[in-house]
Amino acid sequence: MALKLADYKTNVHNDWCPGCGDFGIVNAIQMALAEMGVQRDKTVIFSGIGCSGKTSHFINTYGVHTLHGRVLTFAQGAKIANPELTVVAVGGDGDGLGIGAGHFVAAGRRNINMTYIVFDNGVYGLTKGQASPTLKLGEKTKSLPTPNTNYNVNPIGLAVTSGFTFVARGYSYDVRHLKDLIVQAVNHNGLSFLDVLQPCPTYNDINTRDWYAGSDLMEESQKRHSRIYKLEDTDYDPVVHNSTEDEINQKISQSLTKSLEWGDKIPTGVFYKNDSISPYSERLVGNVSNYLENPPAKQKISKNGISNTDISKILDSLKV
Amino acid sequence: MTGIDFTWLIGGPQGSGVESGANIFSRVCAEMGYQVFGKREFYSNIKGEHSYFAVRVSDTQIHSNLNDVTLMSSFDAETIFRHFDEIIPGGGIIYDSDLEDISTDTVHTLDSPFKERLHQKLESLGKPFTIKSVLEIASDNGVKLYPVSFKSILETLSKETDNPRLKGLVRMYNVISVSLSLGLVKMPPDSLQTAIENIFSKKPEIAKLNQTTSTYSYNYATAKFENFEHQLTGIEKQPNTILVQGFQGTALGKMACGCRLQPYYPITPASDESVFLESNQNLEIFEDEPGSTTVIQTEDEISAIGMTIGSALTGTRSATCTSGPGFALMTEMLGWAGINEVPIVITNYQRSGPSTGLPTRHGQDDLLFSVYAGHGDFPKIVYASGDVEESFYDTGNVFNYADIFQVPVIHLMDKFIASSVVTCKRFDSEKITVNRGKLIEKATENYRRFEFTEDGVSPRSRLGLDDGIFWNTGDESDETGHITEDPVLRIKMMDKRMSRLDLILKEIPDDEKAISFGESEYTIISWGSSKGPIIDAIKKLKDEGISIGFIQIKLLHPFPTEYVKSLIKNSKYIIDIEANHSGQLGKLFKQNVLRDIDYSILKYTGRSMTSSEVYDALKKIIQNKANKREVLSHGA
Repeated sequence: MALKLADYKTNVHNDWCPGCGDFGIVNAIQMALAEMGVQRDKTVIFSGIGCSGKTSHFINTYGVHTLHGRVLTFAQGAKIANPELTVVAVGGDGDGLGIGAGHFVAAGRRNINMTYIVFDNGVYGLTKGQASPTLKLGEKTKSLPTPNTNYNVNPIGLAVTSGFTFVARGYSYDVRHLKDLIVQAVNHNGLSFLDVLQPCPTYNDINTRDWYAGSDLMEESQKRHSRIYKLEDTDYDPVVHNSTEDEINQKISQSLTKSLEWGDKIPTGVFYKNDSISPYSERLVGNVSNYLENPPAKQKISKNGISNTDISKILDSLKV
Repeated sequence: MTGIDFTWLIGGPQGSGVESGANIFSRVCAEMGYQVFGKREFYSNIKGEHSYFAVRVSDTQIHSNLNDVTLMSSFDAETIFRHFDEIIPGGGIIYDSDLEDISTDTVHTLDSPFKERLHQKLESLGKPFTIKSVLEIASDNGVKLYPVSFKSILETLSKETDNPRLKGLVRMYNVISVSLSLGLVKMPPDSLQTAIENIFSKKPEIAKLNQTTSTYSYNYATAKFENFEHQLTGIEKQPNTILVQGFQGTALGKMACGCRLQPYYPITPASDESVFLESNQNLEIFEDEPGSTTVIQTEDEISAIGMTIGSALTGTRSATCTSGPGFALMTEMLGWAGINEVPIVITNYQRSGPSTGLPTRHGQDDLLFSVYAGHGDFPKIVYASGDVEESFYDTGNVFNYADIFQVPVIHLMDKFIASSVVTCKRFDSEKITVNRGKLIEKATENYRRFEFTEDGVSPRSRLGLDDGIFWNTGDESDETGHITEDPVLRIKMMDKRMSRLDLILKEIPDDEKAISFGESEYTIISWGSSKGPIIDAIKKLKDEGISIGFIQIKLLHPFPTEYVKSLIKNSKYIIDIEANHSGQLGKLFKQNVLRDIDYSILKYTGRSMTSSEVYDALKKIIQNKANKREVLSHGA
């Protein structure tokens, strides 16, 4: 029986603030899973800590709510052990790009076939609005005592240069577009990254829903002027087609330039997609030829309660 | 029969082949039927600093090193300066005669505290600070000197074999050292050739070069060296013997018991185990397709344990291997594994702390840290193995404990074990039982991962199991795994998890909790690798008619209080022996058994205990001449 959208929802009470951008993201994830018709018990949502960390409890698949900054480590371990699983990791921008930045970079280098979605709102919401890594230098959101003293991380740029092979940005109030991006990300054969702009209505009074909608620009143009636009509506081509070094370099450079666009025009959509970099599982097959057919989670390790591993050749080499 | 008890020491700059020299020597002795116990000491350095290997050889079972060295073979000056006073009267020093005029000032790797001590000694004897001086001291002490010019050996050999390359090939010095030594003790030469062939089996040309050099050196010694009273001519071989490196016990144990994923971050002295696992990652499985161990080098230790947990959630037996500093980084995750009841194994090859401490040296420093690791209360197991052979079987056991009790297990090993090379009985993987506890193959309707059950252990699903969906969280949770802050549920959940500690004490058999080597008026308590030196020391005392008891405690948390109490009922004095500053087991013992430690024998120089110094300290205690706290210090 085909699963419906409702089948991917739990009945756990959602305690996010009214108007929180996170609702759009969790809806988009559920819609994407339903559209792809993924098997619930072959899918795992891993989440970090913070408001976004609760996401895994709202989705009716396996859900693993991990630790601050560490979500990618758990997710990668599970995916390597059982490559059959559909793995989606989610977390805040403080989680992934602050405390977890080392894991973010290392994950890119591995290119494991899974998806990482960052809920990007510029603040640490659950601890009452401190500056997070994507908040711009000098900005002062409402609960900051003084303006932000740190330069911001560029999530798209960091992902592309770390080795993520699918890099995109969505907006939490454009749920259908975000859903489409999630489907593409999950279907990508390699590590995909989605930076989702997500207004925090309680603590980020700069990048608000109205700000993204361009309300402050209305006086001049006398009409609604959204800051957000879609790359697919332009002639921007994110895809590496021929996988020559020159082409890859050109696509990386282009995505970096594009990632710097901010202010009155904010691009969403796919920045970079490269299918020519081997996913981690392929690299493992290079060392263990039957890794995919007989991965760690599938291996039988005993017979009648006794070890079935034959270590005699190694012991023979130690024999005197 | 007078027993053979012979210690050979080889030293040289790091990177000069000391280790492979010692491997050749150890293998030859083992092949010729002897029991071997070798240990390696080295600096935190890649090339140049002093490293040495002491190989003890005997015709009976041995478990430790001694203070005394019977024969030293040295091709550099530093080894002579550092070890000349360890050789026994009647023992020997083979040395490079070209070094005789070298003074301490030209050996830049001699650190000043050592140099000051040596200079004081030489000054008091009115001797200059040279190799010649220290050799004179040794000679006056009855040590036989065997000078030989290593350079001229290579020159002659180069001429004879018409191989000009050989002339300057100083990296042959280690093979020359070994071969001269074996010639001196009259070891049958065939065994040497076989050992070299074995060790260089993948590089036949290098094997040949080494064989030529070794034959020449061996013959040189038999022809030129005289009057050495110690001989190793071979004895009857014990069947089923292997020569194994310390870290191979847990590695082979992991392969055998079905650990199929191990992430790790490089750290001394733990990495060797992971590298060995990876080198042997393709596994043969009886009556089934090949298996494999996936070994992943991670970006840090936090990632290593995170991946271990993620993998364990899929039902895969998973472990990580680290040392103290790495384990320190893992502790937040340890609590996550605890509250989510995830079976993982952390193998901790301890070294000397605190902080970076003595990064390549030994220490049993992490006992209390392991017992208390992580914030908040959660059940875990801390288990320690005493030697390589034990560690193989214990590895199988700790994975069973993790699965049965659904807790993280910290398996304590240490540097002493990791860098020892010993003969022992061939490991028997048929003795490795696999018990996955309540890991389910099929989920029941309305499955709940943290269901309350009579024994406090819930059926465990795994990621990907049909209809086995569950949630995990580091927050307190309800039976399904969703967050709760309900005070009543909180009590039930905490009680459920913590009841595991009683269950562990109830279910683990006594002989896996602690091992009694006898009880006496004086009884030792100890843990981990201090076992070996203690066993050899109390055997020697027993030969003299002095009986001392020894309880090796293996399950350190939860502490097997009742069982340990039952083993020391008749002991009047408790002696705690361990390799750390504060007597960590002593504290744990006192806290649980409610009994004071009467004497402590502690060592924290970073060098492993020898049985000689343990023997000396025990003897002082028996003679009522000991301090309550005896601190050991032997070893360069």
